[in-house]
Amino acid sequence: MRVVSIDGTDAMAEIDGVRRAASLMVLDEEVRVGDYVIVHAGFAIARLDEAEAEETLRLMREAFSEEDMA
Amino acid sequence: MNYMDEFRDREVVRGLAARIGELAAGREQPLTFMEVCGTHTMAIYQYGLRSLLPPQVRLISGPGCPVCVTPNGYLDRAVTMARLPGTTIATFGDMMRVPGSSSSLMEERARGADIRVVYSPLDAVALAAREPERRVVFLGVGFETTAPAVAGSILAAREKVLANYFVLAAHKTIPIPMEVLSADPELGIDGYLCPAHVSAVIGADAYRRLAEERGVPCVVTGFEPADVMQGVAMLVRQAVAGESRVEIQYRRVVKPEGNRRAQEVLAEVFTPCDAAWRGIGVIPGSGLAIREEYAAFDAEKAFPVEVEAPREHPECRCGEILRGKVSPFDCPLFAMVCTPESPVGACMVSSEGTCAAAYKYGR
Repeated sequence: MRVVSIDGTDAMAEIDGVRRAASLMVLDEEVRVGDYVIVHAGFAIARLDEAEAEETLRLMREAFSEEDMA
Repeated sequence: MNYMDEFRDREVVRGLAARIGELAAGREQPLTFMEVCGTHTMAIYQYGLRSLLPPQVRLISGPGCPVCVTPNGYLDRAVTMARLPGTTIATFGDMMRVPGSSSSLMEERARGADIRVVYSPLDAVALAAREPERRVVFLGVGFETTAPAVAGSILAAREKVLANYFVLAAHKTIPIPMEVLSADPELGIDGYLCPAHVSAVIGADAYRRLAEERGVPCVVTGFEPADVMQGVAMLVRQAVAGESRVEIQYRRVVKPEGNRRAQEVLAEVFTPCDAAWRGIGVIPGSGLAIREEYAAFDAEKAFPVEVEAPREHPECRCGEILRGKVSPFDCPLFAMVCTPESPVGACMVSSEGTCAAAYKYGR
């Protein structure tokens, strides 16, 4: 879910137009508006790392690249 | 990027399936990988991923649905508490239709019990604050993804000095049961797709003993279809090379050390205890009990109740399904007698249940 606002240890996060409150009480890192977080039962439990996501996609696409199959 | 569409790309999924085929080619003995996460179970059925795998690679579902692995006795206790005057039961929606020995929360609500579905345990805390004359009991079911939220709710209740918020805790932890199942020669597990969000909390390092001492490859995997396929490819690669390590496929979320803050909150409120798993029995150290310091919020201690001896349905094969021995299609009740509308067992009712997934998405 994407963080749309932060108020102390509480945040509002949004996905597919649905907004939900997300407590930041058990999150281990700072988040900013615009970050993506995993929200479970009203609590943010992890932040999504965009660089790692890009790297994952690169590895996935590489799995069937021509070079790889040679 | 929205972190979803990219990982559902058909081309990517097909490419990874081809890769798995290559890696497993020439392998005579089939490889059996188990997933232990309800969301993985659902994703695999929903996207028909088994049909993309070569015959040498077998995916089986294990005890990944926390509602499903909670034995009838817990439901019966919740039902008994729901009948107490002045008591409000607050619960995740999943628990409402799970059949206990003789009733369910849904049936109790129809009979006049005050039972409310909440999205977050914090909603239950707010409810307790708003209605001080009611005794609010939150049903704490879930693995390490959910337990920190419930721990957080107890801390919030303490901060608000609430005397009417309680948790009936039945939380369970997944690494120890994974070790128990890995020792079962009948199952012959060659590797685990490790859960995505449980691992975000506990960290990938939690599976090191399983990989390094028990020789079982572990890949922490996300649950978009491309994630699952990549996770399987990584498992096949390890198995074929005779390796057994912990790898993180879901690197955009999971760290080796996990979420230290969530772990601290967990350790503050909960302590490991023995727990009963439907279909497996008691697994020492696999549960979470509320610590003595927070006994005031422990529903079991605050008002113990007499509960009828639990009864399981004699023909329901939930237990074997949860242990990965049998598929839903092998259960005589599946789709005939046991359906989502009239479930016999928890595996059919829960949104993460193996039978519910099989029913909804077919083979």
